Amino acid sequence: MTPNRIVVGAHYGWRDWLVQRVTAVVMTLYTILILGLLLWFGGLDFAAWKAAFGNEAFRISTFVFMVALFWHAWVGVRNILMDYIKPVTLRLTLQVLVIGALIGYAGWTLQVLWGGR
Amino acid sequence: MAAFDRPVIKPRPVYLNLFAIRMPLPAVVSILHRASGALLFVIGIPLLLCVVQRAIASPESWAQMRAALDAPFAKLVAIALAWAFIHHLLAGIRHLLMDAHIGVELPAARQVAAVTLVLAIVLTLAIAVRLW
Repeated sequence: MTPNRIVVGAHYGWRDWLVQRVTAVVMTLYTILILGLLLWFGGLDFAAWKAAFGNEAFRISTFVFMVALFWHAWVGVRNILMDYIKPVTLRLTLQVLVIGALIGYAGWTLQVLWGGR
Repeated sequence: MAAFDRPVIKPRPVYLNLFAIRMPLPAVVSILHRASGALLFVIGIPLLLCVVQRAIASPESWAQMRAALDAPFAKLVAIALAWAFIHHLLAGIRHLLMDAHIGVELPAARQVAAVTLVLAIVLTLAIAVRLW
Protein backbone atom coordinates (compact mmCIF):
# COMPACT_ATOMS: atom_id res chain seq x y z
CA MET A 1 0.00 0.00 0.00
CA THR A 2 1.26 3.42 -0.86
CA PRO A 3 0.62 6.09 1.72
CA ASN A 4 -1.77 8.86 0.82
CA ARG A 5 0.50 11.42 -0.79
CA ILE A 6 -0.22 15.09 -1.30
CA VAL A 7 0.77 17.21 -4.27
CA VAL A 8 2.36 19.93 -2.14
CA GLY A 9 4.60 17.44 -0.35
CA ALA A 10 8.30 17.10 -1.03
CA HIS A 11 10.31 14.45 -2.92
CA TYR A 12 7.49 12.36 -4.28
CA GLY A 13 8.35 12.82 -7.96
CA TRP A 14 5.00 14.54 -8.08
CA ARG A 15 6.87 17.70 -7.19
CA ASP A 16 8.90 17.91 -10.41
CA TRP A 17 5.89 16.88 -12.47
CA LEU A 18 3.92 19.75 -10.91
CA VAL A 19 6.83 22.22 -11.10
CA GLN A 20 7.16 21.57 -14.83
CA ARG A 21 3.50 22.40 -15.37
CA VAL A 22 3.23 25.41 -13.06
CA THR A 23 6.37 27.00 -14.51
CA ALA A 24 5.04 26.28 -18.01
CA VAL A 25 1.79 28.10 -17.22
CA VAL A 26 3.71 31.05 -15.74
CA MET A 27 5.83 31.30 -18.89
CA THR A 28 2.76 31.02 -21.13
CA LEU A 29 1.05 33.88 -19.28
CA TYR A 30 4.17 36.04 -19.65
CA THR A 31 4.33 35.18 -23.36
CA ILE A 32 0.70 36.27 -23.76
CA LEU A 33 1.55 39.50 -21.91
CA ILE A 34 4.45 40.21 -24.28
CA LEU A 35 2.37 39.44 -27.38
CA GLY A 36 -0.39 41.66 -26.01
CA LEU A 37 2.04 44.54 -25.42
CA LEU A 38 3.51 44.12 -28.91
CA LEU A 39 0.05 44.22 -30.49
CA TRP A 40 -1.07 47.10 -28.26
CA PHE A 41 1.91 49.29 -29.15
CA GLY A 42 2.02 48.02 -32.73
CA GLY A 43 5.66 46.95 -32.78
CA LEU A 44 8.78 47.77 -30.89
CA ASP A 45 11.22 50.67 -30.95
CA PHE A 46 13.94 51.58 -28.51
CA ALA A 47 11.79 54.11 -26.64
CA ALA A 48 9.02 51.54 -25.98
CA TRP A 49 11.59 48.88 -25.10
CA LYS A 50 13.35 51.22 -22.65
CA ALA A 51 10.02 52.33 -21.16
CA ALA A 52 8.96 48.70 -20.62
CA PHE A 53 12.17 47.87 -18.76
CA GLY A 54 11.89 51.14 -16.82
CA ASN A 55 8.67 49.84 -15.31
CA GLU A 56 9.22 48.03 -12.00
CA ALA A 57 6.18 45.74 -12.46
CA PHE A 58 7.48 44.69 -15.89
CA ARG A 59 10.95 44.01 -14.48
CA ILE A 60 9.53 41.88 -11.67
CA SER A 61 7.26 40.00 -14.12
CA THR A 62 10.27 39.37 -16.33
CA PHE A 63 12.25 38.13 -13.35
CA VAL A 64 9.44 35.73 -12.39
CA PHE A 65 9.39 34.48 -15.99
CA MET A 66 13.14 33.92 -16.01
CA VAL A 67 13.11 32.03 -12.69
CA ALA A 68 10.27 29.85 -14.04
CA LEU A 69 12.35 29.31 -17.19
CA PHE A 70 15.47 28.27 -15.26
CA TRP A 71 13.54 25.92 -12.96
CA HIS A 72 11.70 24.41 -15.94
CA ALA A 73 15.00 24.02 -17.83
CA TRP A 74 16.53 22.21 -14.86
CA VAL A 75 13.72 19.64 -14.66
CA GLY A 76 13.75 19.12 -18.44
CA VAL A 77 17.50 18.90 -18.92
CA ARG A 78 17.84 16.57 -15.94
CA ASN A 79 15.23 14.28 -17.49
CA ILE A 80 17.22 14.22 -20.73
CA LEU A 81 20.45 13.46 -18.84
CA MET A 82 18.73 10.69 -16.84
CA ASP A 83 17.56 9.09 -20.09
CA TYR A 84 20.73 9.23 -22.15
CA ILE A 85 23.71 9.52 -19.78
CA LYS A 86 24.18 6.31 -17.84
CA PRO A 87 27.61 6.59 -16.13
CA VAL A 88 26.99 8.19 -12.75
CA THR A 89 30.16 10.33 -12.74
CA LEU A 90 29.47 11.84 -16.15
CA ARG A 91 25.81 12.42 -15.37
CA LEU A 92 26.60 14.10 -12.06
CA THR A 93 29.25 16.27 -13.71
CA LEU A 94 26.82 17.40 -16.43
CA GLN A 95 24.10 18.03 -13.85
CA VAL A 96 26.44 20.19 -11.78
CA LEU A 97 27.45 22.11 -14.93
CA VAL A 98 23.79 22.69 -15.81
CA ILE A 99 23.00 23.92 -12.29
CA GLY A 100 26.06 26.17 -12.38
CA ALA A 101 25.02 27.60 -15.75
CA LEU A 102 21.47 28.25 -14.56
CA ILE A 103 22.63 29.99 -11.37
CA GLY A 104 24.99 32.06 -13.52
CA TYR A 105 22.13 32.94 -15.87
CA ALA A 106 20.03 34.00 -12.85
CA GLY A 107 22.80 36.38 -11.80
CA TRP A 108 23.06 37.66 -15.36
CA THR A 109 19.28 38.24 -15.36
CA LEU A 110 19.54 40.34 -12.17
CA GLN A 111 22.38 42.29 -13.77
CA VAL A 112 20.32 42.97 -16.92
CA LEU A 113 17.16 43.93 -15.01
CA TRP A 114 18.52 45.93 -12.09
CA GLY A 115 22.25 46.36 -12.76
CA GLY A 116 21.93 49.70 -14.51
CA ARG A 117 20.53 51.48 -11.50
CA MET B 1 -13.98 -23.04 -31.99
CA ALA B 2 -10.77 -21.34 -32.94
CA ALA B 3 -7.59 -22.49 -31.35
CA PHE B 4 -6.33 -20.51 -28.39
CA ASP B 5 -4.14 -17.69 -29.74
CA ARG B 6 -0.69 -17.99 -28.32
CA PRO B 7 1.36 -14.81 -28.24
CA VAL B 8 4.18 -15.01 -30.76
CA ILE B 9 7.48 -15.11 -28.93
CA LYS B 10 9.75 -12.44 -30.36
CA PRO B 11 13.52 -12.61 -30.11
CA ARG B 12 14.80 -10.50 -27.23
CA PRO B 13 16.38 -8.09 -26.63
CA VAL B 14 14.94 -5.78 -29.24
CA TYR B 15 17.04 -2.86 -30.40
CA LEU B 16 15.06 -0.04 -31.88
CA ASN B 17 16.78 1.69 -34.74
CA LEU B 18 15.20 5.14 -34.76
CA PHE B 19 16.07 5.54 -38.44
CA ALA B 20 14.52 2.21 -39.44
CA ILE B 21 11.26 2.23 -37.53
CA ARG B 22 8.30 4.32 -38.57
CA MET B 23 7.53 6.65 -35.70
CA PRO B 24 3.85 7.40 -35.06
CA LEU B 25 2.96 11.10 -35.20
CA PRO B 26 2.65 11.58 -31.42
CA ALA B 27 6.18 10.14 -31.09
CA VAL B 28 7.50 12.65 -33.62
CA VAL B 29 5.89 15.54 -31.72
CA SER B 30 7.26 14.14 -28.46
CA ILE B 31 10.88 13.77 -29.59
CA LEU B 32 10.74 17.25 -31.18
CA HIS B 33 9.42 18.58 -27.85
CA ARG B 34 12.55 17.24 -26.24
CA ALA B 35 14.89 18.40 -29.01
CA SER B 36 13.39 21.90 -29.08
CA GLY B 37 13.71 22.11 -25.29
CA ALA B 38 17.38 21.16 -25.50
CA LEU B 39 17.95 23.76 -28.23
CA LEU B 40 16.23 26.46 -26.16
CA PHE B 41 18.42 25.59 -23.17
CA VAL B 42 21.75 25.38 -24.99
CA ILE B 43 21.36 28.34 -27.38
CA GLY B 44 18.09 30.09 -26.51
CA ILE B 45 18.71 31.17 -22.90
CA PRO B 46 22.24 32.63 -23.31
CA LEU B 47 21.29 34.30 -26.60
CA LEU B 48 18.12 35.78 -25.07
CA LEU B 49 20.08 37.28 -22.17
CA CYS B 50 22.80 38.52 -24.51
CA VAL B 51 20.38 40.20 -26.93
CA VAL B 52 18.19 41.77 -24.22
CA GLN B 53 21.27 43.12 -22.42
CA ARG B 54 22.73 44.66 -25.57
CA ALA B 55 19.39 45.97 -26.80
CA ILE B 56 18.63 47.77 -23.54
CA ALA B 57 22.05 49.35 -23.02
CA SER B 58 21.74 52.34 -25.36
CA PRO B 59 20.01 53.48 -28.58
CA GLU B 60 23.26 52.69 -30.42
CA SER B 61 23.47 49.10 -29.17
CA TRP B 62 19.73 48.71 -29.88
CA ALA B 63 20.36 49.76 -33.50
CA GLN B 64 23.34 47.39 -33.56
CA MET B 65 21.07 44.50 -32.51
CA ARG B 66 18.51 45.41 -35.19
CA ALA B 67 21.28 45.55 -37.78
CA ALA B 68 22.71 42.21 -36.63
CA LEU B 69 19.34 40.63 -37.45
CA ASP B 70 19.84 41.61 -41.10
CA ALA B 71 22.50 38.94 -41.56
CA PRO B 72 21.06 35.79 -43.20
CA PHE B 73 22.72 33.51 -40.61
CA ALA B 74 21.21 35.52 -37.74
CA LYS B 75 17.81 35.22 -39.41
CA LEU B 76 18.20 31.47 -39.71
CA VAL B 77 19.12 31.19 -36.02
CA ALA B 78 16.17 33.42 -35.07
CA ILE B 79 13.78 31.32 -37.17
CA ALA B 80 15.14 28.05 -35.74
CA LEU B 81 14.70 29.36 -32.19
CA ALA B 82 11.25 30.71 -33.03
CA TRP B 83 10.24 27.26 -34.23
CA ALA B 84 11.77 25.63 -31.12
CA PHE B 85 9.86 28.03 -28.86
CA ILE B 86 6.52 27.69 -30.66
CA HIS B 87 6.74 23.90 -31.01
CA HIS B 88 7.77 23.52 -27.37
CA LEU B 89 4.92 25.79 -26.23
CA LEU B 90 2.27 23.99 -28.34
CA ALA B 91 3.56 20.53 -27.43
CA GLY B 92 3.48 21.65 -23.77
CA ILE B 93 -0.17 22.70 -24.11
CA ARG B 94 -0.77 19.26 -25.68
CA HIS B 95 0.74 17.71 -22.54
CA LEU B 96 -1.56 19.74 -20.30
CA LEU B 97 -4.55 18.63 -22.39
CA MET B 98 -3.47 15.00 -22.00
CA ASP B 99 -3.13 15.58 -18.24
CA ALA B 100 -6.78 16.60 -18.34
CA HIS B 101 -7.53 13.38 -20.32
CA ILE B 102 -8.31 15.36 -23.46
CA GLY B 103 -7.16 13.79 -26.72
CA VAL B 104 -5.83 10.55 -25.26
CA GLU B 105 -7.69 8.11 -27.51
CA LEU B 106 -5.71 7.12 -30.58
CA PRO B 107 -7.58 9.04 -33.32
CA ALA B 108 -7.78 12.20 -31.20
CA ALA B 109 -4.15 11.80 -30.13
CA ARG B 110 -3.08 11.63 -33.76
CA GLN B 111 -5.15 14.70 -34.62
CA VAL B 112 -3.78 16.75 -31.72
CA ALA B 113 -0.23 15.69 -32.64
CA ALA B 114 -0.79 16.69 -36.28
CA VAL B 115 -2.25 20.06 -35.28
CA THR B 116 0.72 20.70 -32.96
CA LEU B 117 3.27 19.82 -35.61
CA VAL B 118 1.61 21.73 -38.46
CA LEU B 119 0.60 24.81 -36.45
CA ALA B 120 4.16 25.24 -35.16
CA ILE B 121 5.51 25.07 -38.73
CA VAL B 122 2.85 27.46 -40.08
CA LEU B 123 3.45 30.05 -37.32
CA THR B 124 7.21 29.75 -37.81
CA LEU B 125 6.79 30.28 -41.57
CA ALA B 126 4.68 33.37 -40.85
CA ILE B 127 7.50 34.75 -38.69
CA ALA B 128 10.08 33.76 -41.30
CA VAL B 129 8.18 35.63 -44.02
CA ARG B 130 7.95 38.77 -41.86
CA LEU B 131 11.62 38.52 -40.94
CA TRP B 132 12.74 38.10 -44.53
